[in-house]
Amino acid sequence: MRQTRSIEISTGLFIILGFCALFFLATQTTNIKAYGETGGYEVTATFTNVGGLKVRAPVTMAGVDVGRVTAIRLDPRTFNALVTMRIVSKFNEIPDDSTAAILTSGLLGEQYVGLSPGGSESFLKNGSKIQFTQPAIILENLIGQFLFNKAASGGKP
Amino acid sequence: MRLLRELYYILLGFLQGLGACWLFLFRILRYTPGALLRWRIVWQQIYSVGAMSLVLIMVSGFFVGMVMGLQGYNTLSKFAATSALGTLVALSLLRELAPVVTALLFAGRAGTALTSEIGLMRATEQIAGMEMMAVDPVRRVVVPRFLAGAVSVPLLTMIFSAVGILGGFVIGVSFMGVDSGAFWSQMRVNVDVWDDVVGGFIKSIVFGGACSLLAVYEGYYSHPTAEGVSRATTRTVVNSALAVLVLDYLLTAFMIHGV
Amino acid sequence: MASAERNNNNNVVEITGLRYRVGEKAIFDRLNISIQRGKVIAIMGPSGTGKTTLLRIMTGQVLADRGRVLVESQNMARLTADELYALRRQMGFLFQNGALFTDSTVYENVAFPLREHTRLPESLIRHIVLMKLQAVGLRGAADLMPGELSGGMARRVALARAIAMDPKIIFYDEPFAGLDPISMGVIVRLIRRLNDSLGLTSIIVSHDVDEVSAVSDQSYLISNGKVVAYGTPRELEQNKSAWVRQFMKGLADGPVPFHYPAPDYAAQLLGEERA
Repeated sequence: MRQTRSIEISTGLFIILGFCALFFLATQTTNIKAYGETGGYEVTATFTNVGGLKVRAPVTMAGVDVGRVTAIRLDPRTFNALVTMRIVSKFNEIPDDSTAAILTSGLLGEQYVGLSPGGSESFLKNGSKIQFTQPAIILENLIGQFLFNKAASGGKP
Repeated sequence: MRLLRELYYILLGFLQGLGACWLFLFRILRYTPGALLRWRIVWQQIYSVGAMSLVLIMVSGFFVGMVMGLQGYNTLSKFAATSALGTLVALSLLRELAPVVTALLFAGRAGTALTSEIGLMRATEQIAGMEMMAVDPVRRVVVPRFLAGAVSVPLLTMIFSAVGILGGFVIGVSFMGVDSGAFWSQMRVNVDVWDDVVGGFIKSIVFGGACSLLAVYEGYYSHPTAEGVSRATTRTVVNSALAVLVLDYLLTAFMIHGV
Repeated sequence: MASAERNNNNNVVEITGLRYRVGEKAIFDRLNISIQRGKVIAIMGPSGTGKTTLLRIMTGQVLADRGRVLVESQNMARLTADELYALRRQMGFLFQNGALFTDSTVYENVAFPLREHTRLPESLIRHIVLMKLQAVGLRGAADLMPGELSGGMARRVALARAIAMDPKIIFYDEPFAGLDPISMGVIVRLIRRLNDSLGLTSIIVSHDVDEVSAVSDQSYLISNGKVVAYGTPRELEQNKSAWVRQFMKGLADGPVPFHYPAPDYAAQLLGEERA
């Protein structure tokens, strides 16, 4: 009987260990906290090109995580990209003339939205639209432009 | 012409096995609610199927994680992107390595034990004895073992992942000098709860069900001789490995395109 | 006529016109057997006549090809799985090798059917198990594992397990095979005593003539798929048929030849030389 008991206790420990592992993976290796925040407020911004930006990409300000991209749509009239972002509610004093830029972390890193503060006295709130945006830098266009400029200035390599 | 006929019979045999396995699954599922009421039997089976595989899974997970740490560091350092090591280790473990390797190890360690145990019970007429005592052996012997396997594999997979990430961390941070903060923060940005953790968990549930089903099926329908049991055990390993790899492809394709 | 037979409750097992074949080989061909309640009935025959198959047919493990098999007035061919299990609760079955669960103790083996079929409290189960083990003389072995038992002891434990649920019929598959004389004597006595004290009907399949003669009320002799002789041990002893005499006395040659059918010995040897 005692043997059965120790077997059953070991089984219990095994199952608890398994769920601990699941809990560890879900909370420590992911950004699960970002999901919990259905609070906060949503702002939109229009970009001429979002490059490789994806839903759930981080929104940062001076390198600090302040929110997530929640949706990327194409505006059917202007053919611009309409990006919706959810900003954590404690960052509720972001000037409404801030600039949103699509940046890349490192040469091969993920793309994210970086906010640079403006000087306005009024702040972004739910439903606000960020007026000043800077599209993603497309490497191919940049190289093309560089070569074109070289050719136009008549410089021969 | 002869070859075609051979192929035809092989295909027919495969379909028959698949169908029989499927019917067996329904028979098992019908008894599952009743078996859950007698949870002590299932609980004791989880011990021999799951808890006994724990050390194997943890050691394997740790080494796989360390290998990922080494390989990942070497490759990433060529792109000066070693800070992405955490992402690399976590994603490859969570999405692929942990579910697949755990399922394969489970088939080798616990699946074979299940098959030979049930097969020997048949060979020594213990199964027939139960039937004569008006106890359905599927309900009493097969279902608890199947459930124990199906429960154990997902848990073992999670343990494998967790230990593997720690293994990658030990190699990457302690030996290779990757920044500990970068290791974790990069991982957190790039690993998604639903796509990666839950996706891997779903895979492991499917693999656990498939491996356990194959193991008990082969055992229950093995020939009641020493040779029959040993053949059934071999088939368990081979079929489980094939099933896991095929299902892995199907699930991966579905998850990538479905989401 | 048929309904009269069905209502004849004095017969526990009633087999009429049984046919059963494996592949091309006919195991039973129009076999008739009826077994009276309360008796010890033996079914004897040479190895390979399908005695064990007959037991499997009577207990519903195997279905007959043709013919009617009534057990406790129920037609085995028409039972659903649930009805069959309900019928089997009234049966005990002693396998040739015992078929004990090798990873449970003797006690747990005997307790198994009680735990599966009843919701009795542990104290009552303990009482019943010890009582059944006492009946086979192995109460002291309750904590042993089946691997630690001798062949005779294992069979007695299996017998205790078979009677745990107080069955009405008990089937013995070769209960005397491979036992030493003492164990054999013990089993013989147990079969008789359990049958009389518990009011059972016992059906024994065996080819051990002496032991069967010592224990059985009546015996069937089966050969080539048919009943060859039937009667009390004394009647069979005095049977005039050459075949019955050969079987009962254990003579090497007789109607059943010593040699398996083969081409002429000398011709075959010469033939091989030529090839």
